[in-house]
Amino acid sequence: MIPTLLRRLGQTLFVLFGVSVLVFAVFFATPGADPTARIAGRNASPQIMEKVRREYGFDRALPVQYMTMMKKLFITRDLASYADRGELVVPQIEQAAPVTACLVCGAAFIWVSASIIMGTLAAAFRDTWVDRTLMLAGLVGISIPVFWLGQVTNLITQSRYHDTWLFSWVPGLGYVPFSEDPGGWFRALVIPWVVLAVMFIGIYSRVLRADLVALAGEDFMRTARAKGLSPTRVMLRHGLRTALVTFVSLFGLDFAQLVGGGALLTEVVFGLPGVGRLTYRALTNLDLPVIMATVMYSAIFVVVANAVVDMVYLLLDPRVRDAR
Amino acid sequence: MPADPMPLLDVRNLCVSVPANGGMIRLVENVSFCVDEAEIVGLVGESGSGKSVTAMALMGLIDSPGVQVRGSARFRGQELVGMAPRALRALRGRDIAMIFQDPMTAFTPVYTIGWQIDEQIRAHERLSRRAARARTVQLLAEMGVPDPARTAQRYPHQLSGGLRQRAMIAMALSCNPTLLIADEPTTALDVTVQAQILELLRGLRHSHGSSVLLITHDMGVVAQTCARTLVLYSGRMAESGPTATLFARPAHPYTAALLDSIPPLYGPRPHRLPAIAGLPPTPRERPAGCAFGPRCAHVHATCLPAPPALASIGPGQQAACVLPAEGTPLPPRATAQATQP
Amino acid sequence: MTPFTPVLELRDVRKTYRLPRGQKLKAVDGISLRVMPGEMLGLVGESGCGKSTLGRCMLRLDDVSSGQVLFEGRDITTLSERKLRPLRPGMQMVFQNSTAALNPRRRVGDLLAEPLRVHPGPDGRRRTAATITARLHELMALVGLPASALARYPHAFSGGQRQRINIARALALSPRLVVADEPVSALDVSVQAQIVNLFADLRARLGLTYVFVAHDLAVVRQISTRVAVMYLGAIVECGETDAVLHAPAHPYTAALTAAVPRPVVGAAPAMLLRGDVPSPVNRPAGCRFHTRCPQAQVRCGVEEPLLRAIRPGHEVACHYPLGGEHRKV
Repeated sequence: MIPTLLRRLGQTLFVLFGVSVLVFAVFFATPGADPTARIAGRNASPQIMEKVRREYGFDRALPVQYMTMMKKLFITRDLASYADRGELVVPQIEQAAPVTACLVCGAAFIWVSASIIMGTLAAAFRDTWVDRTLMLAGLVGISIPVFWLGQVTNLITQSRYHDTWLFSWVPGLGYVPFSEDPGGWFRALVIPWVVLAVMFIGIYSRVLRADLVALAGEDFMRTARAKGLSPTRVMLRHGLRTALVTFVSLFGLDFAQLVGGGALLTEVVFGLPGVGRLTYRALTNLDLPVIMATVMYSAIFVVVANAVVDMVYLLLDPRVRDAR
Repeated sequence: MPADPMPLLDVRNLCVSVPANGGMIRLVENVSFCVDEAEIVGLVGESGSGKSVTAMALMGLIDSPGVQVRGSARFRGQELVGMAPRALRALRGRDIAMIFQDPMTAFTPVYTIGWQIDEQIRAHERLSRRAARARTVQLLAEMGVPDPARTAQRYPHQLSGGLRQRAMIAMALSCNPTLLIADEPTTALDVTVQAQILELLRGLRHSHGSSVLLITHDMGVVAQTCARTLVLYSGRMAESGPTATLFARPAHPYTAALLDSIPPLYGPRPHRLPAIAGLPPTPRERPAGCAFGPRCAHVHATCLPAPPALASIGPGQQAACVLPAEGTPLPPRATAQATQP
Repeated sequence: MTPFTPVLELRDVRKTYRLPRGQKLKAVDGISLRVMPGEMLGLVGESGCGKSTLGRCMLRLDDVSSGQVLFEGRDITTLSERKLRPLRPGMQMVFQNSTAALNPRRRVGDLLAEPLRVHPGPDGRRRTAATITARLHELMALVGLPASALARYPHAFSGGQRQRINIARALALSPRLVVADEPVSALDVSVQAQIVNLFADLRARLGLTYVFVAHDLAVVRQISTRVAVMYLGAIVECGETDAVLHAPAHPYTAALTAAVPRPVVGAAPAMLLRGDVPSPVNRPAGCRFHTRCPQAQVRCGVEEPLLRAIRPGHEVACHYPLGGEHRKV
């Protein structure tokens, strides 16, 4: 078990290195484009261009440029955004990351619990009205675009019915740090959580139901029933437990891409200053250092989350444990 | 009829139908048999003969929507057909246990063998985890599993086919069932391991006093294991009787033809095997008359209008064929296989 | 090629698979074998003994790790796929899983015509549509299916009929050698007998040479003239069918034949072997069978017995072969 984990850790580090080289190459080593001009931003003066060139070593060999960039990102952390009047990039991400993390973790909690309940119920009541209703609801959830749903909820809770008893507790758009006011933090995030979770609930409950229904035909489910176990126990301890293996791998990827900036639309709609919104702003004014930093950041997250999923896999499935 | 007033399991006119294309299709039609205490009964048939469906229906394990189970199956006088799910569940695993063909897929892959046996014990008896595990280890040891305590902590995929089937039998026996239904228990195993498992099953009568309903397609397995045999063809009973009688003087042409089509391991080697032409009908296209009629060498007009009724042939032997009643029974098997070289 | 050239010859063939953690699985562990024209060789053994792998190596469907494979006297061990292609029509395979071996989206006629379109005819030119159609009808008659079957899809057939289609496909190019991997083990007994008879008929009509890979000894006895018994990647006994099955010299063959449940009531109970087949990844030292052998002696755990003739045409790899001979050793 331990050597497996160590090996996986080594692989993760290697992949991260590869990703960083790739990102660097895409941004700065593309032939025919001067990276200096990109970093310095539009209409930069020759002095600034010269400064940037020296600072990033663009007059030197590519490996040196790569090392400089990584040093600026991870060691001195003084990568500055010229488009944004020299604001440091890394602290911006450090500020934005917890917001995104809070948003995604909360949503993940909701979508995992809701989809497990819905998927299991639908599978248990297969081909009845319960199943059909739940799966139709799931389909509706998948079909609603998250920005539209966000805007509509905003419209309802922020303006239309804000003054009714139902939604008077809803705070204005924006984020409240947990350390300042836990209640306010919760009130600010609960609606974004639900909105972000809706589509995933739809996907996950349908996937889980399909898995459970497929598993119901498996020999071991028949064995479990032949043992005289209750249907609930058969469904939860044997069916759901086995289906969790695929569920987890799906979850790991979705979670990682959301934390890595995939929650962009939700963040923008609800005015949450997270990584997604940071990327969005950087994209609108072509702020290259920020874009690169967020891409690196999200790549790291996807890779790390993948590694975590693999570990959980090892815990969940003894067959995988032995195959490694 | 034996003097014993009540057999352990008494199945009468069991029918299983599934809905298809607006109608109902009978997978199993009027199957009747009984299993006595500490007796091994064989249920033989080719694929699609309804042998597994019969067993699943007895255990209440068919859960596809719209399935109808009719007839009667009395286990120690209790009616199983139509029994309340909760009551049937209490019976399942405790009084009637089942083992399946493929021990690879019959265990849940994510739990250890021991955990799964413990689970069955604790589902039926109020026992502590430790007491349950102690019994599990003891059962595994009785089934000839080497190093039972450590084997209990291993996962299904870590064991060989033979060990898995032993563990499966241990699990089935964990609550001392009086009836064990074994559905093709050795089909997925190699012959040398099959011989071990059959020996184990034969021994259960003495060691645990269990009766076994052995479902198989292999006439060899039946001959070596079962006291009485029931031959199914296309969801209907073809013949039943004491195994020795059935093999020596099969009364139904299907039984005779089935036995003849097995290549002999000893004795003269036939130039061609006496194969049965054609295929068994699917339940949907089963003819109105004798289901074996279209493939039968003795078919004639009386076979066609309706399925022949089961007729008593000799002591304990019955066959659903018109030949004995018409005074032209099949001759004893001429090509009986030699036992030894 | 003279009538005395073996159709197939294996010289010390080995097939080793590399596993993670540097382990090696010796699926085929030094097998030498000759199959003469018109011979029907049965290759028997339990699961994991390497019989299927060996079957695939015979036709170069798998590359061998070392040793030589000769087809009609020609070394095909290292021939490139391109150079092998003109030889392919001469050697064909029938697989166990008749469903998986047939593409479900193509009509039987298309499936059977494909090899005829790909390979040139006996005159070296491409076959015309008319020749192909004629050949397809011929094939259907050969395997006992109606010509109407050509227009249908594989799923419309039962297992036995699908196996007939597979056999027809293997026969399409008039091979001299057919390797059949468990061709009847997935079939019901009554259908199995039909296919076994079909193999016998085809041999009589076409003069084929067969290698049957199978685990069912009774079936193998019915269709083979010679039997090779495999255990953990090696042949432990080889000889004329009834000599091997009725007077086995290797304790493993004896146990194997004794373990077959015969459809005879009151037959002697099987002689039981202990335990399961050991993993081919770390096979026992010395004789590969000594861990389960009832007759094992000290020598068996140390020294590996080599295949040697105890009678003309009957070879066994055992230090103490059954049949009284070992008393003299």
